[in-house]
Amino acid sequence: MVRDLIEETIWSLTGNKVRSGLTILGIVIGIASVITMVAIGQGAQNSINNSIQAIGSNLIIVMPGAQRGSAVSTGRGSAQTLTLADADAIQSQVPNIKGVAPEDSKRYQIIAKGTNTNTEVIGTVPAYASVRNVTMDAGTFITDQQVNNSSRVAVLGPSARDDLFGTGADAIGQTVRIKGVDFTVIGIAASKGGSGFNNPDDSIYVPLTTEQHYLSGDTYVTTISVAAQDQNSMAAVQQSVTDLLLQRHKISDPTQADFSIMNQSDIIATASSITGTFTMLLSSIAGISLLVGGIGIMNMMLTTVTERTREIGLRKAVGIRKIYINLQFLAEAVLLTFIGGAIGVLLGWGASIIVSHFINLTAQVSMSAVLLAFGVSAGVGIIFGFYPARRAAALSPIEALRYE
Amino acid sequence: MIECKNLVKVYKNGDVETTALKGVSFKIEKGEFVSIIGPSGSGKSTLMHILGALDTPTSGEYFLDGHEVSKLSDDELSEMRRNKIGFVFQAFNLLPRATVLRNVMLPLLFTDIPMKEREARAREALKNSSLDESKFYNHSNQLSGGQIQRVAIARALINDPAIILADEPTGNLDTKTSHIVMEAFQELHKRGHTIVLITHEPEIAEYAERIISVRDGVIEKDVKNNNYKYGARSN
Repeated sequence: MVRDLIEETIWSLTGNKVRSGLTILGIVIGIASVITMVAIGQGAQNSINNSIQAIGSNLIIVMPGAQRGSAVSTGRGSAQTLTLADADAIQSQVPNIKGVAPEDSKRYQIIAKGTNTNTEVIGTVPAYASVRNVTMDAGTFITDQQVNNSSRVAVLGPSARDDLFGTGADAIGQTVRIKGVDFTVIGIAASKGGSGFNNPDDSIYVPLTTEQHYLSGDTYVTTISVAAQDQNSMAAVQQSVTDLLLQRHKISDPTQADFSIMNQSDIIATASSITGTFTMLLSSIAGISLLVGGIGIMNMMLTTVTERTREIGLRKAVGIRKIYINLQFLAEAVLLTFIGGAIGVLLGWGASIIVSHFINLTAQVSMSAVLLAFGVSAGVGIIFGFYPARRAAALSPIEALRYE
Repeated sequence: MIECKNLVKVYKNGDVETTALKGVSFKIEKGEFVSIIGPSGSGKSTLMHILGALDTPTSGEYFLDGHEVSKLSDDELSEMRRNKIGFVFQAFNLLPRATVLRNVMLPLLFTDIPMKEREARAREALKNSSLDESKFYNHSNQLSGGQIQRVAIARALINDPAIILADEPTGNLDTKTSHIVMEAFQELHKRGHTIVLITHEPEIAEYAERIISVRDGVIEKDVKNNNYKYGARSN
């Protein structure tokens, strides 16, 4: 009996290849599109999270607030309220911190042999490398001694190096000129893969003291980056830094603070809400694909069963019990949806990999998307393959045979 | 063998009730070859469906081989159709994409009969309905009308049924093919099968020994066929 069931099912599906093929195609497209869409969405989310991680981990960033007290308020971050002394105080008085990196950055026109570019010059200290995850591709980062001596040395970001000396060129020992002052290149930072306005690759690092002495001519800093020991101590560190700076700047009302403080979780939260919207968008598209695919499967199944009502009538008329007719149609629907489902999953997977190659992100196939897509398609396929067949098998053979 | 007592069949279509059979009673003995003849709308097809256990009467009793068919459940009716009745349809009703053998073996699906025996029985049945062996693996849509109807007859024969019911078996065939098919039925009759044939053509009805005329849902005439012409065309 089981053998009959298997044979009838396979015979029936292979007997009408176009019908079976179209049904499978509907299922394949529905499933594959959902899997691919969700994979791209998740890939984008991961890629954004990764680039946030690339600026450093457990990071707290202190920036000057807006300048107050005069009639014209300048923008947030423009005030000159943070100094190197603030950074030193944080370093020595706040517990549970891994590093403090003050920086003073400004864009300058940089001149090298015959070329020039406009880029961000960051005056900073050796701790910057560990706090902001800067790794070296060649040479060394700024040392304490160079900071103490206000040495005129520079570390180039890979993009800045490419712009000034040509892609991949060995720039160590060369000279760049910033605001009329010559700096010797001592290292090239490794790429962080950033892009856009705030590209960490397109920058030049110089010792903070050198920057203050030769370039800005003052002792203020534009940012103090603080790395906490771990994720759990971030809130406490942020609070301590806030309290310390309020005290140092003699401000009693925290709302009047002349600096702003931001931690990486806030940045991640903001980014997550953006990528969340993005994923929502893709999921909606995927959901619509699934709906359309499901309707396609439903149509195919309903048409098939309607077409085959006469066949069902005939099977009953020659004495086959309705349970076996039901079983056969159920088996057909299950087999179709599973073949389609398997192909769909593979295709979606393949498409995700191909998409990863063409756009610069790693699409991630999620198990929940696979299960959801498969479940919906299989559910629709089986219900609409089986239920009408069951109804047809419950008709008297004569009614079924006469069905048009 | 077959006994009908006061069969009534009423069709309901919305509020409209149509009485197709208004109390039909008759008996058919084992080995008889009976034609049921009547114009369209006379109720002969309804009667055939009830005889074939494809439909149940609204009231009245129908005994087939001692079983009261009108009281059976859907599954019991299926069993009855498989084991006691061979049905030949006007529209042939073969599976178009299946081979001749597969079509003939259809009633044996989901039974305990092993594949080998199924095929042996199918070949035997096809031989008895005189289909050429070269056609056994053809698909039914590659056959002529006469050949298709012989496949349908073979399918009806496969379970060696107590009764063979043919509903206008020549309705879709030309005259020459009709006679060939009718001779095949006569052959079966000669071998002892009980055959009930439905037709609206008197010429086809005359192949049977007994002719029951139905009109407006009642039996009008039930007579022995004096013009029984067994083998009339075979020479």
